[in-house]
Amino acid sequence: MPNQDNNPQGPAGKSRRDFLKKSTALAALTIASPVLVKAAENDEKIAALFEQMPLRLEVNGVAHTLSVEPRVTLLDLLREQLHLMGTKKGCDHGQCGACTVHVDGKRINSCLSLAVMNEGKKITTIEGLAIGDKLHPMQEAFIKHDGFQCGYCTPGQIMSAVCCVKEGHANNADEIREYMSGNICRCGAYPNIVDAIIEVKKGGQSL
Amino acid sequence: MINFDYIRTFTTKAAVDAKVKSASSQFIAGGTNLVDLMKKGVTSPDKLIDINGLPLKQITADAKGILIGALALNSEVAENAIIKTKYPLLAAALNAGASPQLRNMATVGGNMMQRTRCSYFYDITMPCNKREPGSGCGALQGQNRMHAIFGTSEKCIAVHPSDMCVALAALDASVHISGPKGDRKILFTDFHRLSGDTPELDNNLQKGELITGIHIPANAFNKTHYLKIRDRASYAFALVSVAAALEISGNTINNAKLAMGGVAHKPWRLTAVEKFLTGKPANKETFTAAANMAMEGANTFGQNNFKIKMGKAAVTEALQQAAQKI
Repeated sequence: MPNQDNNPQGPAGKSRRDFLKKSTALAALTIASPVLVKAAENDEKIAALFEQMPLRLEVNGVAHTLSVEPRVTLLDLLREQLHLMGTKKGCDHGQCGACTVHVDGKRINSCLSLAVMNEGKKITTIEGLAIGDKLHPMQEAFIKHDGFQCGYCTPGQIMSAVCCVKEGHANNADEIREYMSGNICRCGAYPNIVDAIIEVKKGGQSL
Repeated sequence: MINFDYIRTFTTKAAVDAKVKSASSQFIAGGTNLVDLMKKGVTSPDKLIDINGLPLKQITADAKGILIGALALNSEVAENAIIKTKYPLLAAALNAGASPQLRNMATVGGNMMQRTRCSYFYDITMPCNKREPGSGCGALQGQNRMHAIFGTSEKCIAVHPSDMCVALAALDASVHISGPKGDRKILFTDFHRLSGDTPELDNNLQKGELITGIHIPANAFNKTHYLKIRDRASYAFALVSVAAALEISGNTINNAKLAMGGVAHKPWRLTAVEKFLTGKPANKETFTAAANMAMEGANTFGQNNFKIKMGKAAVTEALQQAAQKI
């Protein structure tokens, strides 16, 4: 459900676009000449810059119809509009992997993906891995091998690790290290993360 | 991030038309570099034109070579069976770049369009002629450990960060482009520019033009290697990289292609060294002589002096590794 913040209709029933035209755009131009103000009033483009876009996507099997500004990243949409806090914001620049989610089965950095570019896509986050109380095999393996310390990078590590195995890049420790290089762990839990992935790969379960 | 208008396009014509209409618009495909640059305030387009709906994902091969659609993902190209068997240099270069997550987002066209990772370009409080022409170059007498040693100008000493592009430069690829005046093709080595007096221009695309694909001609290189030297074992930009493609029969080099990354404002093709290698025996002596030749004309800036020694070693090693391939 879109929350109130997503509603393009303001509290007074006026559209957001009208509101912006009469406030932001005009306020910014009060020192300008009346001609400019008039031009801005008629300029749909200025209002369009603040416009929200409709967006439909599926997250962890649940369909959502939302409204977002184009500048909202998939990461911020997940955390702030859908309140799925499992996906972490680390660097917010695609360098740490804490925000890793699956889009149509492929692992990506959600901090560098604009939400509007995910129209019609199926997103899986860390919250979508377990089935009820039954943890995903990769989650079980991370617990068994102590594949974390502070835990902040762990959701991203696990989402990445699932794909690492599915892609066929978990055949030995060196290959795992290479194909997990997009996930940084500042606690240094790497050896245990590699062990967890090796176990899941050897287990041969369908992921 | 400053907000912007966003439209989706589904044909090359619609995308090009939209770009021509809006001066400060940009195409977006994977967005792995552009979104980052927008967050940092390095670029603030009024409008993003999403081109992901364009039919430019196909990879098609025939006897003449292979055509890779501009929207093919870096990971898809690296894992493509024909690329892996017939153009392994490209697969190796792609896999040396970025991380698995980024390769799942980044497209081939986007990889070519990525901007330099020079820290002065990224820091909007610093002077940078590429970001803001006329503001000066912070790197020239500043932090320039990662910077260029070939083809530099006093305006800009940044390097092009791509690995993929180094392999494509070596493999004589060409770039397919659509624009308001129709379609055209240019050699890959003519796509990117040296910084010169206009460091703000990374490439030779004209107004409204869109990359639609990359063509690599079929080749007979039986020994190739992509060597990348960086500060950590994976997921870091190159200090120096080398793409080497050799056609060896018996012990004689019949044909050689060589390009370097991390050393210039564009993938640095070494045609004179290629000529030198042709007809020579594939041995250490040849490779060392080639490496010395490769570094002729290098110009360093203090912190990146090491790149000459590293570059020599890298060229020797890449050629040796290539020659040893079965």
